[in-house]
Amino acid sequence: MKKNFLNLAFIATALSLFAGAAFAAGGDMGQTTKQETNWTAIVMFGIFVLATLWITKWAAKKTTSAASFYTAGGGITGFQNGLAIAGDYMSAASFLGISAMVMGSGYDGLIYSIGFLVGWPLITFLMAERLRNLGKYTFADVAGYRFQPGPIRAFAASGTLIVVAFYLIAQMVGAGQLIKLLFGLDYGYAVAIVGVLMMVYVLFGGMTATTWVQIIKACMLLGGVTFMAFMVLSRYGFSPEALFSAAVDIKTTAAETAKTAAIAAATTASAAATTPEATDAAAAALAKANAMDPAKIGRAIMGPGGFLKDPISAISFGMALMFGTAGLPHILMRFFTVPDAKEARKSVLWATTWIGYFYILIFIIGFGAITLVTTNPEMAAQIKGGGANMAAVLVAKTVGGDVFYGFISAVAFATILAVVAGLTLSGASAVSHDLYATLFKNGKADSAAELRVSRITTVCLGVLAVVLGLAFEKQNIAFMVALAFAIAASANFPVLFMSVLWKDCTTKGAVIGGFLGLISSVALTVVSPAVWEATLGNPKGSAWFPYSSPALFSMTIGFVGVWLFSILDRSGQAENERAAFAAQQVRSETGLGASGASGH
Amino acid sequence: MALLATPYRFVFVYWFNKGDRMIDPVIARVQSDPKYQELRKKRSGLGWFLTLLMMIVYYGYVALMAFDKPFLAQPISSTGVTSLGIPIGFGIIIFTIVITAIYVNKANSDFDDMTKEILKDAQQ
Repeated sequence: MKKNFLNLAFIATALSLFAGAAFAAGGDMGQTTKQETNWTAIVMFGIFVLATLWITKWAAKKTTSAASFYTAGGGITGFQNGLAIAGDYMSAASFLGISAMVMGSGYDGLIYSIGFLVGWPLITFLMAERLRNLGKYTFADVAGYRFQPGPIRAFAASGTLIVVAFYLIAQMVGAGQLIKLLFGLDYGYAVAIVGVLMMVYVLFGGMTATTWVQIIKACMLLGGVTFMAFMVLSRYGFSPEALFSAAVDIKTTAAETAKTAAIAAATTASAAATTPEATDAAAAALAKANAMDPAKIGRAIMGPGGFLKDPISAISFGMALMFGTAGLPHILMRFFTVPDAKEARKSVLWATTWIGYFYILIFIIGFGAITLVTTNPEMAAQIKGGGANMAAVLVAKTVGGDVFYGFISAVAFATILAVVAGLTLSGASAVSHDLYATLFKNGKADSAAELRVSRITTVCLGVLAVVLGLAFEKQNIAFMVALAFAIAASANFPVLFMSVLWKDCTTKGAVIGGFLGLISSVALTVVSPAVWEATLGNPKGSAWFPYSSPALFSMTIGFVGVWLFSILDRSGQAENERAAFAAQQVRSETGLGASGASGH
Repeated sequence: MALLATPYRFVFVYWFNKGDRMIDPVIARVQSDPKYQELRKKRSGLGWFLTLLMMIVYYGYVALMAFDKPFLAQPISSTGVTSLGIPIGFGIIIFTIVITAIYVNKANSDFDDMTKEILKDAQQ
């Protein structure tokens, strides 16, 4: 009965997607922003979808209990998990966003990448094995090991769901816009396809399917960028200096053209000026144009630019990236899929290696985009027409032809799909394990009921993701991933860190401090220029909080909150929690009594 | 260090066992095992040392960006365009991978062996 149902679901999904894709592609031809339907990409993506649905069918047979749904039964190896973590991290924002950033401003893209990478060693040194030894399904198992289950679960579920929501919006909107450009599909269809496929993976295949989809995508992406970076470098005799030099020349020439145009415009304005004010304005514009130094502008891509304007923003942003990684629920849950602490450590090492390798290649590909894409008139026009995020895929087209372009487009789509599936799974575990099983059922829910709740939540989150994706279509969502990192660094990370490493931490301290970090990071982001001015449309300079990231302040609030409300807590309950630290510490450091590989 | 560790161990065990709270005998044995104290000292020593190193390297880099952008932007040689920031940036990426590898290798061999011994002793 169940098998038939799965087969049916499998065939129905595959058929409806192809029909939907073909119909949508046909329907899109009449729109004003006409984008040619990219059949190579659609076929390649279709193959990826069939392969992943087949894996989901296989995984569905293993997904029979809550444990297998949340953690794939703990049977993933360190190497596989490392690839999956790297896959979660090499999202579309990294792949397309950072390569576009390098194309636009050069060195700044490297600063961004480094920020994303440096959190990993800290996770390895301080968290990885403790997470594995204490945790079962969600990070709340770790943070709440010796605390009162009710309040800590309520906090952890809030932290998880808010981080997941912002991350999901960013991914869904990115997916819609990207797929519109790459495949020539309508925005709504793109969002719906992502929503439906992701739901199928998570619903039937749980963590096993989500992990394998992520691993396959990570391999495809790493293979793709390796080829691209190789081809870019091969055009410059494998000399980075030659590549950088060509890029600087191109930026210098572009600046010269801009200077000539600015001088011409100012001269015309000056001749046409009838009022003294207009004459002054034209003279000022002319002086400004003459002061432009094309050589300096060209060289600017080799050093830090305007990405982080002031020291406070630089430090704050660095903190959000570095510590946010250690508080992202969809990353943390991956530590529970490996059998023991040894494999957990191996997974972080592999993840760090792959991510570092990926970022180095992305930097090269970004420079490749300067020399190959911006010099191609047709592609340059596409970039100017709102397709800045297309940098990496256009490099693929230049170095690998149409088939490779189709492949990379399909990889970009697959990337979003895999990341969204992981996010949904972590959101579903927070609801079913933290809220339903632990908070409402006092830990007495049976596995079947818990599994049912996680599946219902998955469907709700899938629908919500599509609705949010449609609602935020026209919004400026650039700040959302950074916000997700800031919240993770200010709310989840302090609670996790203090509960595991500090004896005197109590439930009261963790929950109050965690919520203070959560509220302050969201509030400070709302009143920062990126949201207050750019998104809500208030006049420039009216934002109350002048820095580009709240982490320096909100993380401090989170940590001080946890510390202060813990030491102020003099209840008997608090004494018991402090006394329970010894047992927690022994388990976290030796794995004594930790959940095993299979049954949990 | 050994002189300091021994009294520390007694205080440590006393602190968590004071009052009439029941404590799991296996956990109590692990706590009072000198090997466990040695493992803790060695592992957290290395962990915090490498953490500090990573923080110095990364926030040193952030400080350069915040206070001395031209330093990173200067070319390495008088003839080329490659700036000092490129090898420094790539260097940090490689450094990140290398210190992670150092810790993981040490933990997966020495520290895990020690842990195994401690658990074996405690469960006897």
